[in-house]
Amino acid sequence: MIQIPGNDIFIALATWTREIMLSIGLDPAFIEIVMAFIRALLLGTMALLVFMLITWLERKVVARIQDRIGPNLAGPWGLLQPIADGIKAITKEDTTPNGADVTIFNASPIVAGVAALLVYAVIPFGPNPGGECAGAPCGPMAGTEMSIGLFYILAVGAVSLIAVLMAGWSSNNKYALLGSFRAVAELLSYEVPQVLSIAAMVMIAGTMSMTQIVEAQTVPFIFPLFITALVFFISGIAESGRSPFDLVEAESEIVAGYHIEYSGMKFSLFFLGEFVHAFAVCAVVTTVFLNGWQGPVLPPWIWFFIKSFGVFFIMMWIKFTMPRFRIDQLMAFNWKFLVPVSLLNLLVLAVGDTVLKTVGITREASPWVWGMILFAANLVLLFAALWALGRSARKSRLIKRPIVARTDDVKPAPSPVAASN
Amino acid sequence: MTLTHIIFIVFAAITLLSALFCVTTRNMFHAALYLVISLFGVAATFAMLEASFLAAAQLIVYVGAVAILIIFAVMLTRGGAGSLPAERQFNTQAGLAAVVTVVTLFILLRVVPFFNYPVQDAAVPVDILTQLGHALVGDFVLPFEVASVLLLAALIGAIYIARERRKGEVEG
Amino acid sequence: MDGWAFVGIFVVVGAVLLSVPLILSALLAPRKPNPIKSETYECGMETYGDTRVQFKAQYYVYALMFAIFDIETIFLLPWALAYKDFATIFPLIEMIVFVLILVGGLAYAWRKGALEWL
Repeated sequence: MIQIPGNDIFIALATWTREIMLSIGLDPAFIEIVMAFIRALLLGTMALLVFMLITWLERKVVARIQDRIGPNLAGPWGLLQPIADGIKAITKEDTTPNGADVTIFNASPIVAGVAALLVYAVIPFGPNPGGECAGAPCGPMAGTEMSIGLFYILAVGAVSLIAVLMAGWSSNNKYALLGSFRAVAELLSYEVPQVLSIAAMVMIAGTMSMTQIVEAQTVPFIFPLFITALVFFISGIAESGRSPFDLVEAESEIVAGYHIEYSGMKFSLFFLGEFVHAFAVCAVVTTVFLNGWQGPVLPPWIWFFIKSFGVFFIMMWIKFTMPRFRIDQLMAFNWKFLVPVSLLNLLVLAVGDTVLKTVGITREASPWVWGMILFAANLVLLFAALWALGRSARKSRLIKRPIVARTDDVKPAPSPVAASN
Repeated sequence: MTLTHIIFIVFAAITLLSALFCVTTRNMFHAALYLVISLFGVAATFAMLEASFLAAAQLIVYVGAVAILIIFAVMLTRGGAGSLPAERQFNTQAGLAAVVTVVTLFILLRVVPFFNYPVQDAAVPVDILTQLGHALVGDFVLPFEVASVLLLAALIGAIYIARERRKGEVEG
Repeated sequence: MDGWAFVGIFVVVGAVLLSVPLILSALLAPRKPNPIKSETYECGMETYGDTRVQFKAQYYVYALMFAIFDIETIFLLPWALAYKDFATIFPLIEMIVFVLILVGGLAYAWRKGALEWL
């Protein structure tokens, strides 16, 4: 395996730490636990730093899209703005509404934040160098290697739904409760295309382990799995509650939905959960569709962050360009377009791949040919779906809507001439 | 008493205690949350038994769908937040229920240890899910298809029950 | 334990890491409760009626449809893992039958108007 320079830094650090602990005389199993704690701490810190960077980046990008400058007072280019925001959030008063269920009220921001963080445990930042690092086999540069990596990500998404319900219910506020119901209904609905596209990914990649998916991508899977990538990306945006799907926290509508009663740092934790989840979706898209950490000259983890931030830029672009959907448009888009398209996509991919297998073109034999033929099949299905969508949209536009009679029609007053007759 | 033993005892205690609180608490929403904690405990037990797929499936289906359905059902019948009226926790058949429970416990404690459970010390094969996939379309294809028909029946039943009543239609 | 041990450690570390700003906030933030601030928020008005909301049955239908499709995917995943080793075309046909039965369910729900947001 080619030793890429950047990879060496983390491997070297890990090996050095292990050797120090061995020389103190600690038990190898205990060393593994300590290394796991260090990895978890590093991942958590990385997620928080990325969160701070993202808040700054988002404000700058939205400013440029809206033809203004954005924060530029706190530090050079406004880079210390997130720190200023953090200090503000910490020093704001923390009110608890009357009659709120205090334990659940305080616990739900932490549950929401932790559920968003947990996705990062399986995302690979670099290759598995193989061999030994001070007595233990070297693992991939990830939190851990799970044989069911993709499935685990779905499981973690389920936990964040409970946090939403906890937040809405414990606030003792009917708007918070309504908001949390709508949020959970939307989140549940958009999980269906997400799980179906994960089934398609697993079928084509042949494994659920994230590290093996990256290594299986001789051709980036965005080509054979083009519709899957689009569906997963769109439902990922909806899952993290970003615009144009952010009805459930629309500031102008139901006044921030299920986190009405939260102030200060607790609200910031919900905010953190949303952004961390959004970046996690970008990280998963990078890993599964865009070759993960693979790339020429630079160290693998730098490639990973470049690609993830590229995908995140597309997310921000969509957020600041499109208006918000209404709740019925949201649901109709999901159940009447995304779910049928992802089911059809699964069938088309299964049939197409089997046909190609009988002809002899497989992923191992001739990756680019295989990838491009499936890409063509994806494009055909995409155009068919969009054509059907256009037809139904035209039909609904042309339905003559009946003009409802006004209920306050005033009968003309009887004319004085006729009444006096 | 290895570390695995300690972790197992901790998770088993969490599961059983939250199940106990679930059936004895007066607040319905708290009961639902205790149920969720108990389901997490079951998922942890699956994980300790090296059944990762089942642990994740438990989280996705039970915590992510069934628990939410239960919470929705609680909200549907009870209204909203605020103090929910405290129910009497023990009904008039409590005595009979206690007798049946103790008898069942006795029977289980006597009968269950008699069987020889096939226990293996071998490691779980790496491709166990692939073998499950082959089994689903090989030996167990009929249950596989019947499962989809069962899901269809559940779907149609729920839609029928929850549909809007048109005017003039008799309920039930 | 296939990585779940790390997940447990990560949950603990994550919860501690996220509690640090909360503890800082509890130490540094002012704390001046008064009755007006602790009132339930209703766009500046006083709340009337108790906090019971009319819960629509439609939410339940969406949650149930999610449960059905979720369980369908859990059946599909082992099939998808075994996909690359299939020798004949029969497993593919069995899966197509499985998915088509549930597509029929979706079509039924669509026609009966169960997918409309009432």
